[in-house]
Order: sequence, then C-alpha cells, then structure tokens
Amino acid sequence: MNVAGLIFSNIHDQSIPELTRIRTMASIPFGCRYRLIDFPLSNMVNSDITTVGIITHNNYQSLMDHIGTGKDWDLARRSGGIKLLPPYVAAYENTVAGRLYSSRLEALIGAENFVHRCQADYLVLSDCDVILNIDLRQVIEEHIRSGAFLTVVTKQLGSVAHGFDSPVDVVRVGEDGDIEEITRVRSQRGACEVSTNVMVVRRSDLLAIISESLSHGYTSFSGDVIGRNLGRQRIRAYRYTGWYAHIDSLPSYFACSMELLTPEARAGLFQIADRQIYTKIRNSPPTKYAEDAVVKNSLVADGCMIEGQVENSILFRGVRIGRGSVVRNCILLQDTFVGSDVQLGCVITDKNVVIKDGRTLSGHESMPFFIGKGLMV
Amino acid sequence: MIKKKECVAMLLAGGQGSRLYALTQKTAKPSVSFGGKYRIIDFTLSNCINSGLDTVGVLTQYQPLLLNDYIGNGLPWDLDRTFGGVKILPPYQGKDGADWYRGTANAIWQNMNFIDRYGAEYVLVLSGDHIYKMDYAEMLAYHKQRGADCTIAVIEVPLEEASRFGIMSTREDGTIYRFTEKPKQPDSTKASMGIYIFNRDKLERYLRADSQDPASSNDFGKNVIPAMLAGGETMLAYPFHGYWKDVGTIDSLWEANMDLLGEHPALVLSDESWRIYSRHESAPPQFVGKDAAVSNCSVTAGCELYGSVRNSVLGSNVRVMPGAVVEDSVLMSDVTVESGASVRYSILDSGVTVGAGATVGEARGTASGIAVVGANYRIPVGETVAAGAMIYG
Repeated sequence: MNVAGLIFSNIHDQSIPELTRIRTMASIPFGCRYRLIDFPLSNMVNSDITTVGIITHNNYQSLMDHIGTGKDWDLARRSGGIKLLPPYVAAYENTVAGRLYSSRLEALIGAENFVHRCQADYLVLSDCDVILNIDLRQVIEEHIRSGAFLTVVTKQLGSVAHGFDSPVDVVRVGEDGDIEEITRVRSQRGACEVSTNVMVVRRSDLLAIISESLSHGYTSFSGDVIGRNLGRQRIRAYRYTGWYAHIDSLPSYFACSMELLTPEARAGLFQIADRQIYTKIRNSPPTKYAEDAVVKNSLVADGCMIEGQVENSILFRGVRIGRGSVVRNCILLQDTFVGSDVQLGCVITDKNVVIKDGRTLSGHESMPFFIGKGLMV
Repeated sequence: MIKKKECVAMLLAGGQGSRLYALTQKTAKPSVSFGGKYRIIDFTLSNCINSGLDTVGVLTQYQPLLLNDYIGNGLPWDLDRTFGGVKILPPYQGKDGADWYRGTANAIWQNMNFIDRYGAEYVLVLSGDHIYKMDYAEMLAYHKQRGADCTIAVIEVPLEEASRFGIMSTREDGTIYRFTEKPKQPDSTKASMGIYIFNRDKLERYLRADSQDPASSNDFGKNVIPAMLAGGETMLAYPFHGYWKDVGTIDSLWEANMDLLGEHPALVLSDESWRIYSRHESAPPQFVGKDAAVSNCSVTAGCELYGSVRNSVLGSNVRVMPGAVVEDSVLMSDVTVESGASVRYSILDSGVTVGAGATVGEARGTASGIAVVGANYRIPVGETVAAGAMIYG
C-alpha cells in the first residue's frame, strides 16, 4: 500500500499569536525538545509513510530550519521524503490568484501538484495543533475496509463542559461508525466527539475534491466538502483512544505542556514501543545538576545547567537556572537564561530570553506571563 | 580531475581494551560508553571534523559489530561525504594472502592503498581510546612549518607517573633524541599521546622495512618510532596543553566520567565552538519526580529519576525508582535501579537491572575498589555485589 502524507503547517496560527508571531504553528516548541510538527511527522514515519508534503503559508523560515533535509526523521530520500510546499501564488484563472490561501481547501488547491504527482494510492492529511501518538496504518486499513469516501480521526472528550478557545468541529457519529453531522462550535456541554482533522482519503478522490472545489469556488473543507457530502458519501469516524492534546491558545498551550508531567501523558506520548517521536538532533551535552540543585516534578531537556530550584516546570534545551533562583510552574524555551536569585511563577519564556539577577515575575495558570523571543528582563 | 586530500586520518580502533574486561566482553574499547551520551571514539572523530579533517579510516579488528553499526555512514559527525568521509577498514584478504592486523604499524601498512586513494601527503595516526579535545590542524601546521618527518603529540605528566607512558626526551628546539617505552628511570616528563603525523613517503619506507623484519612486533611505539630515530629522521614533539585522559582502566574510566562534574569541571562538553558529536537515539526529555533528589550529576535524555542520585553520570533512559540511592557511580544507558536498591562507587554497563533492595558496591570512602557490572546483567532482588567486584553474564 502506497500512502503519502500532507501536513498543514499554518492552519491554526491565529489561535496562538504569541508563539506564532515569528513562526508557524508547526514549529511551536513543545515538550522540552520537540516542535509541534514532530508529532504528525513521527506518526507518519512510524506508520511507514515516507513521502510527506508540508504545506506552508508564511513565516516558514523556522520550519525549514527545523526540517532541514528531513534526515532526523529518516526522510532524506531519493524517492519521496519530505517536500516543503510553499504557497503557490500565480496569476492564473481559477486559482487563488494574487493572494495567499486562507482556508484548508484553498491550501489543498495550492498543493494540487504534489497530490497529482505523489503516486500514492491514499493520502493522510494532518494539522499541527493536535498532539497524538497514533498508528495510522490502522486508520488506513479501516478506511479501505469500510470503502468510505473519507475517514476522519475523532476523539471522544469527557463529560465536563468544554470551552474551546478556537472553534472546533464536533461530530455526531451513527451506530455504523459513519459521521451523521458535523458542527463548528466554540463551547460544548457534556461529552462530545471532536474531529482531530487527521483524515484519510483515496488520492483520486482528493483530486476530485480539489477540481470540484476549483470549479465551484468552494473554500471550506468541513463545510463544503464534508458538509455537502454527508448523506451522499460515506464519511467515517475512526475513534482514537490514546493521549490527546489540542492547543488552541496560550493558556491551553500551558495546560497541555503541564499535562506532560503526568505519567499517563508521558506513557501515551513518548513510551509506546516502536512509535517514538523524532525531532531535530541538536547535539547538546547531557544536563548538569549542580551540588545545590533542587529539581522536583519537572521535565528537562539535555544541555541545561541547573544550579537553583525547579518545580513543576518544563525546561527546553540549553536553559540555565542560576544559584538561588526558584522556578515554579514555568515553561522556559530553548536557551533561556535565568540569573541568580530570580523568582518565576507561571511564566512562559520564548527562545533566548534573559532574566537578570534578582527579578521576580509571575503569571497565573489561566493567564501565563509570556516573554517574547530574545527579550531581556 | 583527480581530487586530493592533504591529510588523511587513520584511527586505530581495533584494541580489545582487556583491562576494561567486563565492559569490553562484546565490544571494542573505542565503543565503550562515556559521559552519558558519548562513546570513547566520539572524541577523536569530533576532533577530526572540528579540525577540518574529513577523511578518516577507522581500523577495526576486535568485536567490530557494534563499532561498525555505531559509525555507520558517519552522518552524526558530518563525515558522510561523497569523496572522503569516514570508512571502516577491517583486515582483508589481499593478493599476497590474508592476515589479521599484527600491530598498530602493520594495520596502517596494510592500508597504504587507502591513504594513496586520496593522494595524501600527510598521515595522521590516532588511537580511538583517549578522551581529549585537540585541534589537529594546528599540529599539522606545526609539522609542516618545521619541516618534520614525524611529529608526535606529547603532554606533560608528573614525574612519578612517567614510567607508565612512552616518554620523549627532547632538545631545546623540540626535536626528539630519545624515545623510551615505560622507562624505569624517566629523564623527561613528556609523554606520547599516541598521536602521530607522518610524511607519507617516510611512513611508507619505514613501514615497508618494518613489515620485512620478522622480529618486529609491528608496533609504532616499539618499532617504527625507534627505527625512525635511529635513521636520523627529523622527529618533533608537539606540546599539548589541555585535558587528556587514557581511559584504558576501570579507575581511569571512572575518573574521566567524574571529571565532567563539579562547579569547574576538568572536562567541559558544553563548548559550542568544539562540539563533541555522537550518534544517539531519539529519547524523550528527562523527568525528575517530586520526591527525587538529584545533585552534582550529569543526566541524559530519557532518564526517569524518582530516587536519590548524587555525584553520578547517567546515560540515556536510566530509571532510578523511589527509595533507590545512586552515589559516585557511572550508569550507562537503559540501566534500571529498582526501589530500595543502592548503587555506590560503581560502573554499570548498559541494560543492567539492579533488583529491588539489592546493594551494589560500597561507599567511596570505605570501598576497596569500583564495582563493575557488565551489559544487560540482572542483579536479583536483595542481592549484594561487593565493592571492587567485576561481574558480567
């Protein structure tokens, strides 16, 4: 079975502007050493998908830097491998002429060439705002067996009230496993089933979707493609039961990151046999804990130097915590430098932030204090 | 157009490292783990690429499987090149018969064709069992500038330890007039680091003569260097200042690991301008539990620490369970220390499991020696491994 992957790197950029001001959703750092794209990319690689197109929109420099040739995902191939698909802006009729795409469907139209040439029988589509560790081979098998037009991976959420910081597609699934209704909501009472936007479709069907959308001027994938086809074509739900996180705002980024401190999250994301998460190798030395270091309930990347106290925090590569400093409930991105006698609580620092000696900074879980890239406080 | 490389590095990696015993049962010394995420050979390979040398022949013989696999196509060191790069050179069958490498000199002699394939004028001979950071380009510049036939890197050692090394006696201008292997009464404190630069033609001449001498043990230190001195060649000592450690014994391997710790470590790996590269598997970040106590340690990705860990160097994916104690020890990758177990003044090779409540080694102050446990060994629940013991399965 020949399957190709297609990753949308920018689609949810606007939901977390603090971190996407200088990068794509795909290249948001997450979990000490990863970028969000590492999860869909690793899922594809672990499911024997070795041809992957990455649709970009803007701000994709950091993404290109991260992906490189794709060798860290074993995707530096002569045949297939990773292809970055920058926006295709041209003055032809019937294309998104003269402007960048603004929806998933328009992005797909721009990637038509890749879909046309990739020689796969099926395609897996994925976004970067949802974090899963999923065996896509099972989804593909299930899709083929059911003979469905489209299979959407869904996740059932518990019976609490859900407020989504960005709109989410809630699906109603019939007893036969087919999706009967799809609604875009901002909040939901009680248990619900949401689309993860991971989808499997036959390549010829995707090409048909693209050309039909072009001729009708459709722009919305969930509305125009899924919505219009409900009842006409079989659109199936594949229920994913593993660990799931959906990042749609800075507070949810904070909450999802902190969830990694639970053994369930680490087991469900990082410790599944044969399904490890790959990322760019940085060759950092091991992390050093000084004589007076006190570290509790924290996730720490390589290349750090800890001389102070760290609790319930996530430290990315190359972070330094000075003597006498206390860091609680913080997410410190790559190469953050914390001087001596600093107090930090519920702070998110972007890369290369410097916190000078003696500073005290604090936010709240519902409103973490964010410090932009390269700033000095 | 025929391309050329000015200098080719030949890395001797065939040594068994018999004094490391339990750690070299299934692998050659250069591929023994060091410093959490490295192997000994990473230092020489990284030195090569950081010095701008991109053609390295690695001579293997003893238990090469792991080393071959580890070096692979050389990608982690940027040594995957279309011309040059890193090449594994095992003993082979030639026109005149097949033979094992009979000594360090013989290993190079059997691979003169590799050197000539790159048209190299200079040959840098290295051994893969030392921990140090050195710019070979500076040494080569020194060699060329002084017009030497052979340059040997030397390091100052304390006089009382000089009898453990090959000692160079030098004149004012740095030329060597005498070389004595492990002298009883050393008259110099300049120890050979086992790093040589030869002019290719001179090297060939002396290796040819050496190969025709049935009495020779085909060794650089014992035969070739003395022969070149006797032949009146220009032999230079190149003084090196910096960290250098031969990790050929259990004690020195332990010490070199400990040199990474402390406020002002003797060996610094975080220097961005001289990175040490290694091949490592993708492991998740390290996790330190809420009741853990970790101090003065070097910890690698994938570790999960719930117990107490002090003055230790931990490789990737090490697990220290609640109530377990690890002190003054080197734990290589994938070691698990179960609840209530204690590990003191020990070296545990990769994949070792210390069963719940077991005791390995003794506190450093009172122990008679370092306890060593070989790869994948399982220490049963409640068992005791005495200080200084060496066990493997």
